[in-house]
Amino acid sequence: MLEVKHLTKNYGKLVAVTGVSFRADRGETIGLLGPNGAGKTTTVSMIAGLLSPDSGEVLIEGKQVKSDTDPVKLKIGLVPQDMALYDKLSARDNLTFFAALYSLAGAKAKQAIDDVLNLVGLSDRAGDKVETFSGGMKRRLNLAAALLHDPQILLLDEPTVGVDPQSRNAIFDNLEALKKRGKTLIYTTHYMEEAERLCDRIVIIDHGKMIANDTLQGLHKLLPVTNVIAIDLDDADGFRPEQMLALPMVKSCDLQEGTLRVGVHDLSRGAPGVLRWLAENGHSYHHVSSEQPDLETVFLTLTGRSLRDS
Amino acid sequence: MIPFLALVRKDLKLFFSDRKAVIVGLLVPIVLASFFGFLFGGQSGKAETSKVPVLVIDQDESNISRSLITQLGGDKNLDVKPATLDAAREAVRKGKATVAIVIPKDFGKDAGHALFTGENKPELGVLYDPSHNVELGMVRGILSGAVMQTVSKEMFTGKAGREMVNESLTQVENNPRISAEDRKALRDLLGSVNALNERQNEHREREGASGQRELSGGLTMPYGTREQAITSGQDIEYNGYAHAFSGMGVQFILFMGLDVGIALLMLRQSGLWQRLRAAPLSRTMLLGSRTVSASVIAGFILLVLFGFARVVFGVHIRGSFAGFVGVCAAFSLMTAAFGLMVAALGETVEATRGYSIMATLIMVMLGGAWVPTFVFPAWLRKLTVVVPTRWAMDGLDGMTWRGLGFSSALAPIGVLLLFTLLFGVVAVMRFRWRTE
Repeated sequence: MLEVKHLTKNYGKLVAVTGVSFRADRGETIGLLGPNGAGKTTTVSMIAGLLSPDSGEVLIEGKQVKSDTDPVKLKIGLVPQDMALYDKLSARDNLTFFAALYSLAGAKAKQAIDDVLNLVGLSDRAGDKVETFSGGMKRRLNLAAALLHDPQILLLDEPTVGVDPQSRNAIFDNLEALKKRGKTLIYTTHYMEEAERLCDRIVIIDHGKMIANDTLQGLHKLLPVTNVIAIDLDDADGFRPEQMLALPMVKSCDLQEGTLRVGVHDLSRGAPGVLRWLAENGHSYHHVSSEQPDLETVFLTLTGRSLRDS
Repeated sequence: MIPFLALVRKDLKLFFSDRKAVIVGLLVPIVLASFFGFLFGGQSGKAETSKVPVLVIDQDESNISRSLITQLGGDKNLDVKPATLDAAREAVRKGKATVAIVIPKDFGKDAGHALFTGENKPELGVLYDPSHNVELGMVRGILSGAVMQTVSKEMFTGKAGREMVNESLTQVENNPRISAEDRKALRDLLGSVNALNERQNEHREREGASGQRELSGGLTMPYGTREQAITSGQDIEYNGYAHAFSGMGVQFILFMGLDVGIALLMLRQSGLWQRLRAAPLSRTMLLGSRTVSASVIAGFILLVLFGFARVVFGVHIRGSFAGFVGVCAAFSLMTAAFGLMVAALGETVEATRGYSIMATLIMVMLGGAWVPTFVFPAWLRKLTVVVPTRWAMDGLDGMTWRGLGFSSALAPIGVLLLFTLLFGVVAVMRFRWRTE
């Protein structure tokens, strides 16, 4: 459905994107994960035809976007990161206008507008001006506007920025419904939970470079540890985590705010050894739990930096 | 066609959706144009101008100085009041008086002698407010006429005049530098003046009681004027509101064009621009629709302004209606292209707003939208042909109160369309389509 091949974009000496490649099939959701400024939006802009790559190509069903009016653009729906709505117009007037940009008018446009309003749950607010909407409602309408011409590929550039958890869940429900209809979703985010929940494959981008492209399970395999033991110490003062690295079953060790996180490959053999070592060395604790490593850990492992701190 | 119409309709909807802004945007030019129209002559074209405040310091206190003050006081353009020198100087400095005229001691006597001999001319002191140069010129002209008339009248008809003629005769007789021929000629001239003066005196004594006027009032202007305003037709008076409404229309439509440019600049930095660019729309359509919508809004503003001027102030399109529509349409297009050029050349919204407001105000000022271009110096008048607003103003003036035909609208329309093309080409070539 969508093939991205070795995309590169520079702004003067600044390398915005270099060598990004991935493909997305019908009904597949690809997550573009990376910190702010990693090159995700530039990649999406090149896929949408807003930017010309310096090298590489984007193929949609095997065809490139060759001009501003290329019909291939009809296969793409873009949900920009910034709210792309006219506040002074009603929701319906906004959608009527955006439908007309794709030459939809009359009964056909009305049907499309009713469908998307129904999908995002805003049918009862269709006549209200957008300026009266909450942030979450605007985000949902922003999504609806990209669906009017029934595109096969939906490019979603951080579509949940600044919305409350309830609205975020509503947007996720909408996206899952679209996925079930066979739409291909390209979803950029720097929220790992979103990528974990929605995406079939995750492309990790940092400083314009693609550093991973795999399923969630595949990315976990890149990690040196598959389990983390979280131990809340009674007294963390003076504890030196690097001492634990001497234990053969311990692959990583990190102490933050009194919680010791110890990475091991085999939980059944690693956990008793770690707890025994703590007891023998006079460190008491009041809570122990195990954690699965998340995308944050994957990103940390691959880049040496935290996703949120980048 | 559906996307193009939708783009235009959306712009118009957004413009009219903010009703308060629309009303204020129309009210402000109407109020300003009404004010300027009133200042520039109103409906009859005859402005009720205020009199120039003039103070007179009479240090001479002669018949001539008193007559001069009376003469000046009778001029409809001057408001003459007596004052002391210090008070006059203070009043001019504070801007309460425009001019102060100091009549020095022995002015009457010296002026009388100087009238015949040309020697030892007395000086009238003129203190003036340097911010009122135009009024100074007018006062100087009125003063020259009044002095000439007053002094000559006294010389030919007054008692002081007889004394001065006799003194002058004595001086002529005793002046060794005057040749014999010149002495004879001057003696004859002064003798004739004396004879005339005597006759005037006798005539005054004989017929003064009957109220009949004297034979001579001294030297006067040897001509009068019969003024006739040449307007679009006989018995049609110049309407000062026509120019004022054209001027304010031009100014506020340019500001509207500026707003279109700024809005486009802001749009380019928003998600909406990405959405527009992601749709299968050509660049021509995106910019063209803006041009059309801005032109329609400009046309609407002109329609409301001239509609108001017609109903309230009786401003008529005395010339070609087609020419008027043509000038309005060409100016509207030029404004839209100007807005696009602003958007194309602008970097940040704040900086662009600053320099484009300055450019707009200069165009408005040089185009004659505030004050007619005839008050400009000649070199500046020639220079303003490169300013599009000058052509718009000339076109609108021509089609409204001057009552010119369609052929006179062709040059303004042509030049405005050339400016449209120029601005449009710059806009298209420099427009940054890239979204980042």
